[in-house]
Amino acid sequence: MHIVVCVKQVPDSAQIRVHPVTNTIMRQGVPTIINPYDLFSLEEALRLRDRHGGEVTVVTMGPPMADTALRKCLTFGADRAVLLTDRFFAGSDTLATSYALSFLIAKVTENWGAPDLIFCGKQTIDGDTAQVGPGVAKRLNLLQLTYVAKIESFDFEAREITVQRRAEGGIQILKTKLPCLITMLEGTNDIRRGTIEDALRGARAEIITWSAAEAGIPDLTLCGLRGSPTIVKKVFAPAPRDEKAFQIDVADKSPSDISEALIAEIAKRQPALERDLLKGAAGY
Amino acid sequence: MNDKAKAPAAAAGKSRANQKKELPDHLKSYKHVWVMLELERGVVHPVSWELLGEGRKLAEQLKVDLGAVVLGPPEGTASAVTDAFAYGADVCYVVENPSLVDYRNEPYTAVMTELVLKYQPEILLLGATNLGRDLAGSVATTLLTGLTADCTELAVDADGSLAATRPTFGGSLLCTIYTLNYRPQMATMRPRVAPMPIYQSGRTGRIIRHDVSLPEEDIITKVLAFLPDGSMDKANLPYADIVVSGGLGMQNAENYQLVRKLAEVLGGEWGGSRPLVQKGWITSDRQIGQTGKTIRPRLYIAAGISGAIQHRVGVEGADLIVAINTDKNAPIFDFAHVGIIADAAVALPALTEAFRKRLSAAAVRPAAE
Repeated sequence: MHIVVCVKQVPDSAQIRVHPVTNTIMRQGVPTIINPYDLFSLEEALRLRDRHGGEVTVVTMGPPMADTALRKCLTFGADRAVLLTDRFFAGSDTLATSYALSFLIAKVTENWGAPDLIFCGKQTIDGDTAQVGPGVAKRLNLLQLTYVAKIESFDFEAREITVQRRAEGGIQILKTKLPCLITMLEGTNDIRRGTIEDALRGARAEIITWSAAEAGIPDLTLCGLRGSPTIVKKVFAPAPRDEKAFQIDVADKSPSDISEALIAEIAKRQPALERDLLKGAAGY
Repeated sequence: MNDKAKAPAAAAGKSRANQKKELPDHLKSYKHVWVMLELERGVVHPVSWELLGEGRKLAEQLKVDLGAVVLGPPEGTASAVTDAFAYGADVCYVVENPSLVDYRNEPYTAVMTELVLKYQPEILLLGATNLGRDLAGSVATTLLTGLTADCTELAVDADGSLAATRPTFGGSLLCTIYTLNYRPQMATMRPRVAPMPIYQSGRTGRIIRHDVSLPEEDIITKVLAFLPDGSMDKANLPYADIVVSGGLGMQNAENYQLVRKLAEVLGGEWGGSRPLVQKGWITSDRQIGQTGKTIRPRLYIAAGISGAIQHRVGVEGADLIVAINTDKNAPIFDFAHVGIIADAAVALPALTEAFRKRLSAAAVRPAAE
């Protein structure tokens, strides 16, 4: 069995700050991490491999430094890692990204066999679009299962998979055939500690690195900025409200005084709310 | 990814920002604004109505029709169509087929792309729900067009282009994105970002029925069952009138319980920012913010939350926002209505007690009318 997992190295968005004067992003020193959503997909892939045998290939499209994310995936236990990197990909939106990734996976297929399953993260923490997984599935003509909470059954010989998919108001139990592309919900598993062997392998491994040409991407005009239908025209901070928050006086006040002051302020601004709260408490 | 400001592309990025609309001839005939209605088990998700409201504004500015697209089982779409007209649609494109009884990516993608290629809308909007996000990426990739996810604002420029605004850079800033030269311009919007439009009973419009061939034996994915969520213990943040939430400023899971206690005394819902889900202090259905739930309560109390954009866009619709934070420069004070510079771990229990006393006094003596 061969499973391909697509990952992305992203800036740790929790640590991105905006410069208070220039309103630009302060990117220096923001650490990069593996997109956290990808780890749930990677763990699921590794579990399937452990149970059914086979290999897990981790792939990414990114700048040269994305190799550290791939190396980390090897230490978790992935069998091989491939980095697709080229200046032609700079500025890709999700359509251009899925284009490049689909050829990357086709090249991986040429070398190590067609994947039976492809896993992608639900979304990234920098783009947050959740579009690349479905885009890759469409390009490769694969069935797609997103928001998977659990893989209920997996019959490799019959090439069937049944999953629990999170839908509005409940869970869909879906059954489909391999090959297919899956995105896992967050919180469905915990990424493992790799073994010592995996750690050593990860440290020593050669990350297979391909350029656009080496990956066999036929049309560079469909990559990068040129290949992106969406265009970011403006980046801005939201207009500050005219007034900042009215501050409850806290100097030398006890917590209960402050609470009373806040309740009074709420009642002043939202009298109907206070009335409804009191009505509710009185059992109306 | 919508992140465009990368160094190697900086020069190109500059010219892209000034890129003019150069729509290829064959796309110039694309006209009208469409909203896909999310109809499941006989009920339309309210986000579809919210999007009709937004679509209406766009259609007015462009002086075109607002279309609602309804996919469903035979004889299962009538009330959705009635409601769509009442919420502002001028035209309903109705596709009924037994294979559409439950949402599945294959048949829905096939039908949507067939409709788009035939009727050629210039704008296509979907809700950013699990269904919408599963479907939108497939449709956009099939049509090789642009899709902007999780928009917080939709507008139309002077040249008729859709301007889709959403947070970027992990939510620290906003960006406005265009799909200038491809059609349709696709966008998704999360529930509760837009207000519900007014229901105009009796309003009607045109119905266009479209027949499709979708033999069930050709569809590979099967729905074996649907397991509804239990109603007990289910968070209902998007529709709650009172929400109390906590952020990393609560310091630990134990302190977070103070948030929950206040919410319970007030009869409201409790939630938190994304890092709290990652830490396991709350479940992901209680995450508030751009990638979590958008809420529009009458009262929102945010404790120990700094107020970055991805949180702000999720709560701005609240009538009254109260923020408790030890940092007087926290961005949350820029958009909260009332602030308290204090340690939430101290303020929340005091506030809970004060509310509890006041409300139990009312329970003993009925409130004066």
